[in-house]
Amino acid sequence: MLNQELIARVWHRPATWFRGVLDLPNDSVHKTLIVALAVSLVCSVVVTSTVVLLKPLQQSDVSREKKRNILEVIGMLEDDKNMDVLFHGIETKLVDLASGDYVQVENIDPNSYDPIKATAIPELSSPVPPERDVANIGSREKYAAVYVVKRDDTMDYLILPVRGLGMYSTLHGLLALEADANTIFGFSVYQHAETPGLGGKVDDPKWRALWKGKAIYDESDALRIQVIKGSVDVYKPDAKYEVDGLTGATNTSRGVNNILRYWLGDDGYGPYLKKLRSARG
Amino acid sequence: MEAYLGLFVRAVFVENLALAFFLGMCTFLAISNKIETAIGLGVAVVVVQIITVPVNNLIFHYLLSEGALTWAGLPEIDLSFLGLITYIGVIAAMVQILEMTLDRHFPALYNALGIFLPLITVNCAILGGSLFMVERDYTFGESVVYGLGSGFGWALAITALAGLREKLKYSDVPDGLQGLGITFITVGLMSLGFMAFSGIQL
Amino acid sequence: MAGPTVKVLVDPLVNNNPITLQILGICSALAVTTTLKASALMCLALTAVLILASGAISMIRNHIPSNIRIIVQMTIIASLVIVTDQFLKTFAAETSKQLSVFVGLIITNCIVLGRAEAFAMKNPVGLSVLDGLGNAMGYSLILIVIATLRELLGSGTLFGYQVLPLITAGGWFTPIGIMLLPPSAFFIIGLLIWALRTWKTEQVEKPQYQIHQVHRTELI
Repeated sequence: MLNQELIARVWHRPATWFRGVLDLPNDSVHKTLIVALAVSLVCSVVVTSTVVLLKPLQQSDVSREKKRNILEVIGMLEDDKNMDVLFHGIETKLVDLASGDYVQVENIDPNSYDPIKATAIPELSSPVPPERDVANIGSREKYAAVYVVKRDDTMDYLILPVRGLGMYSTLHGLLALEADANTIFGFSVYQHAETPGLGGKVDDPKWRALWKGKAIYDESDALRIQVIKGSVDVYKPDAKYEVDGLTGATNTSRGVNNILRYWLGDDGYGPYLKKLRSARG
Repeated sequence: MEAYLGLFVRAVFVENLALAFFLGMCTFLAISNKIETAIGLGVAVVVVQIITVPVNNLIFHYLLSEGALTWAGLPEIDLSFLGLITYIGVIAAMVQILEMTLDRHFPALYNALGIFLPLITVNCAILGGSLFMVERDYTFGESVVYGLGSGFGWALAITALAGLREKLKYSDVPDGLQGLGITFITVGLMSLGFMAFSGIQL
Repeated sequence: MAGPTVKVLVDPLVNNNPITLQILGICSALAVTTTLKASALMCLALTAVLILASGAISMIRNHIPSNIRIIVQMTIIASLVIVTDQFLKTFAAETSKQLSVFVGLIITNCIVLGRAEAFAMKNPVGLSVLDGLGNAMGYSLILIVIATLRELLGSGTLFGYQVLPLITAGGWFTPIGIMLLPPSAFFIIGLLIWALRTWKTEQVEKPQYQIHQVHRTELI
């Protein structure tokens, strides 16, 4: 049996076999197959081992990243070491967006719940009808995870995750509210792929600082907060509902507006925030 | 339907692969001397884009993305890091299959497009289209429309540029700008023109 | 030996620059140059991939069957790009987000495949690595120049630090918005090529059509 003989030969004298392969003419079928196989093998080992080795570093990055973003929007971020201690006072709660109540759902741990993943699961999300989908999110989760910052059991700040389409990319942001559930304490966009320097300025600290102290709803519960084109006239009575637009980034500014309109409106956190406000009287 | 139309218009005009994202620039600049060749290459890009973007979409959603292998009983596996190599493999294979099919069944078409097909494997517009599809998380339907739109946008841009360059060769261009230099300036002006579409809301 | 080695390394910087003369690798050169930080990271990524790919391909150059040549090169390049991408995602997560798909697009960056095909397939490992480094530096040089101009004139900053005081912050500089938009990159490269070819006149391309050569008598 020729084949067995060949295998036996290869098995006993790998070095000779290896040299034999190298000596084969380059375009022979055997060599083509062997080279293709060897290259794929080496490449896959290199790629897989890199990914496997780097994965733990990246994963801890993701969960730390989330905590860092949350602490940053309320200005509590000091350094990376203290993060877990600081995060201790922050409670993650699930909110049923339709009713606006806190809920506890079986099989869902609020701390590891990922609303973005939930939008891909039919039981946990519902498609947004196009005419109501102002922020272009496609599908909205049934339960949102909100972060409640507490001090001595009373709510200090409330942090709401929001997202929606900017100019080119989906903006992911956090909106921090004060205890009255109406005054903005901070706004941050922590993930986006807008044009750096123009739309990319959504993460500019100077622009973000403009949001502090702005009000979302007026006395008659109408949604008023908006990003305007140009600069806000501070003497106008409406100034507390308005934020300067980003220069040269009309579409990104409009995207931020749409995101706020959607998420603070009746389809988003509207019912929830309304309950919070009426509970305070 | 309306959403698909909006996506198409965005892909063609607002997010034009060549003029807004600079993809496929090497071929864009090198093969834009004549209108006929530009149209040929443009059509080839559209065809390949319509096939590869949806195919890569299916591969991403059913094989690579996190939890995609649930159907095979492996919900924990996340193979998305293999994306890059898979997409380029799919593109290379698709181009090869397309080339052979055209050669076998549509010789006339093969004669017109054949020489451009090998160029397309290394055209960043094709890989870019697939990568944008993944980054923006398009559904299958959207990926078909996006493939068509982005390919068409690229074809439109290269045809327009070839038209301009055919006229431009009769102009008296300063020595240093001759050829590549003035082409860059022309593309810049075209890109500026396309930016006017960015306000379109659909 | 010193002669050719230096030539391989230095030639791609000005005399045979991949971007301005060979029309290679332009895609990424334009898209990531709005900020210096992103460009620097992109240069780093491309340099790593180009050097390793040139070295690896040159190492096995005598044993690559010619009919699967391109796919073997592609596989090696794609694997290196994935490795680089993973490193960037781990150690420079913030900036790598800005690069979005463009790190992945190094796979189709014509410089890498072009150098593999044109140089590494025919030359020994050491020289191929130098050629890779030289071309990567030529690419980086152009990228850094464009990024410096765009970031400085577009937002008055360099590496994110305010260099020119903005008028909104009480300074004198009004940012030139268009520098951050796609068209400016084309203009800058065009002008850069003009400047380069005025200096190195042998790079000037022959006009395809010359008005003066056509004489009226020829038409009859």
